Amino acid sequence: MNVVILSGSTVGSKTKLAMELVSRKVAALYPEAEITFIDLAQKQLVFSDGRNYFEYEGDTKFVTESIMRADAIIIGTPIFQASIPGSLKNVFDLLPVDALREKVVSIVVTAGSAKHYLIVEQQLKPILSYMKAHIVPTYVFIEEADFLRTDIINDDVHFRMDRLVEDTMYTIEALDIIREKQDAAYDF
Amino acid sequence: MEKYRINQENGMEFGLYTLGDHILNPLTGERLSAEERIKQIVELAKLAEQAGIDVFSVGESHQEHFTTQAHSVVLGAIAQATETIKISSSSTVLSVHDPVRVYEDFATLDLISGGRAEIIAGRGSRVGAHELFGVDLQDYEEIFEEKLELLMQINANERVTWNGKYRAPLNNQVILPRPVDGSMPIWRAVGGPPASAIKAGAMGIPMTLTTLGGPAMNFKPAVLAYKRMAEQSGFNPDELPIGTTSLFFVAETEKEALRGMYPHLNGGFEAIRGTGYPKQQFAQSTDLRDALMVGSTEQVIEKLLYQHELFGMQRFLAQIDFGGVPFDQLMKNIEIIGNDIIPAIKKHTKK
Repeated sequence: MNVVILSGSTVGSKTKLAMELVSRKVAALYPEAEITFIDLAQKQLVFSDGRNYFEYEGDTKFVTESIMRADAIIIGTPIFQASIPGSLKNVFDLLPVDALREKVVSIVVTAGSAKHYLIVEQQLKPILSYMKAHIVPTYVFIEEADFLRTDIINDDVHFRMDRLVEDTMYTIEALDIIREKQDAAYDF
Repeated sequence: MEKYRINQENGMEFGLYTLGDHILNPLTGERLSAEERIKQIVELAKLAEQAGIDVFSVGESHQEHFTTQAHSVVLGAIAQATETIKISSSSTVLSVHDPVRVYEDFATLDLISGGRAEIIAGRGSRVGAHELFGVDLQDYEEIFEEKLELLMQINANERVTWNGKYRAPLNNQVILPRPVDGSMPIWRAVGGPPASAIKAGAMGIPMTLTTLGGPAMNFKPAVLAYKRMAEQSGFNPDELPIGTTSLFFVAETEKEALRGMYPHLNGGFEAIRGTGYPKQQFAQSTDLRDALMVGSTEQVIEKLLYQHELFGMQRFLAQIDFGGVPFDQLMKNIEIIGNDIIPAIKKHTKK
């Protein structure tokens, strides 16, 4: 299976740090998974102009095509001005409306304040639903206080991440079963 | 309706349209050469004429996976190879062309074909053509409106004085040649949402509405908005023809139709959009209420009559060749259309 791990910010280190940890967990628990780690801070993306995702060039084409090829995308996002960063929204804008159909999407969020806890529910999940993602319901919310320099020192975050990775992988398997059942039922 | 060469006494027109897509047959992994594909399209037009189909139209798409970028040239070959069938464009991406040149081409086609040509002008659904022809994408809506207005003005008058934002002015200039009747039918290509239908109504121009799938009733608001706007703008909606279009695959049984169409539909969407056609949605599409024209002969007839009741259209255009459908299946579709579908729908829609 093909897993994209997307660190959705172009600035800061915490989201990337959290996503690197997620990436190591996926690799350890599911060594057969093919992982593509995308850090938007390392990519030069253009803004969407409405063309097909595969008609862009360079980093933009790489990012959109990697996502379109994925079975699952684990999105890491910080919270900027009580929302997701523009860099992450641009990735969604670059993709077709139903880009996430038959894909699993799970979420890790890093935030400066617990007041931002529902932003994923209110702002990110509606976008993912519109794009037809199978969203893993529970997300991992990480606060400033959970980090110490380059480590996540709250053990609970580690446990929750393990569960997130497991839920993501099980959901991919569940989608495979649905697809098999549909194929058997439809006969075309 | 006469102005648009539509005679409702004959019942609803049935036509074929192709985008000239050049996609491999997913079942064999093989693709025709561009030459073979273009010749196949001309051949299809001849077969369509023999089967009693009313219209054959060719579209242009300026990107990979297509062969009829120069669609007016292909239509020229079709005009020469046929005698009675109407020939149209589906659509002409007017946004990226000079309306004067488009008119010259299609008026010439009208002369070659003896008064059988028409234009269906659209904005295009992909942005690549703008870049290719150096047309600013920023103002794509206004550019199209202005060009369509100019095209209509040329159609109405041999001598044109015109000033606009996106093309050099015309100062009492003659646009030649003129079509057989002095003017020719020009339609506007409209996608699903009502916005574009409203603009068509405001211009009092015939509308070709694409209904590619999903519930047919979803397209009713566009038809109503078109008629209401035409009326508000001083046109009589009863004198403005409406055409609808859909992807099409008919076979003797429902199962055969579903099996025959799906790999091509899905593969074609994969190639040009980068996302396939959802199986679950496709499984629902033989339902009478779904706009996608797939099913047994009886199912397709029922769908057409249901949609005719819903939209009251004067024409239906079917896209049968999308996604590398092999020639024998295209012939089979044309055969069923000619033998069974056209007689049935004409009988029920004659006035």
